[in-house]
Amino acid sequence: MATKNFMFVNRKAPYGTVYALESLEVVLIGAAFEQNVSLAFIGDGVYQIAKNQKTDGIGMKNFSPTYKALGDYEVTKLYVEKESLEARGLTLDDLMDLTWEDEDDDYAEKPSIILVSSTELAAVMDEQEVVLSF
Amino acid sequence: MSTLHTVNKSPFERDSLASCVRLASKGCAILLIEDGVFGAMAGTDHSDMVKGAMENASVYVLGPDLAARGMSEDRVIDGIQVVDYSGFVDLTKQHDTCQSWL
Repeated sequence: MATKNFMFVNRKAPYGTVYALESLEVVLIGAAFEQNVSLAFIGDGVYQIAKNQKTDGIGMKNFSPTYKALGDYEVTKLYVEKESLEARGLTLDDLMDLTWEDEDDDYAEKPSIILVSSTELAAVMDEQEVVLSF
Repeated sequence: MSTLHTVNKSPFERDSLASCVRLASKGCAILLIEDGVFGAMAGTDHSDMVKGAMENASVYVLGPDLAARGMSEDRVIDGIQVVDYSGFVDLTKQHDTCQSWL
């Protein structure tokens, strides 16, 4: 099967709507089919990977730990738009520590999150063959 | 007559909070719930609008919805009160009507 560049663009906050969770499900499917999958977090999507999510009080499943498993599915590029973080008063420190293990480099842990400007993200999007927006 | 306004949409995604703030009368209460809680955070592009609203209205935010989203109560705008579900119930009892900005 041909391998294509897939990008999932996450634009909504978690829990208020089902988009974030649905996107994550499709990302895992795409990765299982050994496609070249990357994720972008823009707008309210940046809230999906915020640290310290605790959902006991709202009776919903906390699915944020799933993002930590993406590295094991060879989903290692999570682009976060700098402008979106700044508009929300957030920095990289407010996001989960998401990493992947590089088997070509003695399984060194490397950061999955790539902070990019809008201009840089636009260039990455241009390289994609399939872009799915959630 | 006093109204409790609830806003459940992110101010970055919809204009629900902006409309609520624009149309809320003096002495009313605004409670931020679900994705609306992002409007309670300090240092965002919408913080100044919310601070302006606080001159007219009491602003509250639902704690469990903050916690679910990883938003720290320490970074809520000064003067916004964090309430739990029973606090939500109290607010509905204290006001004559409730307006939900869906």
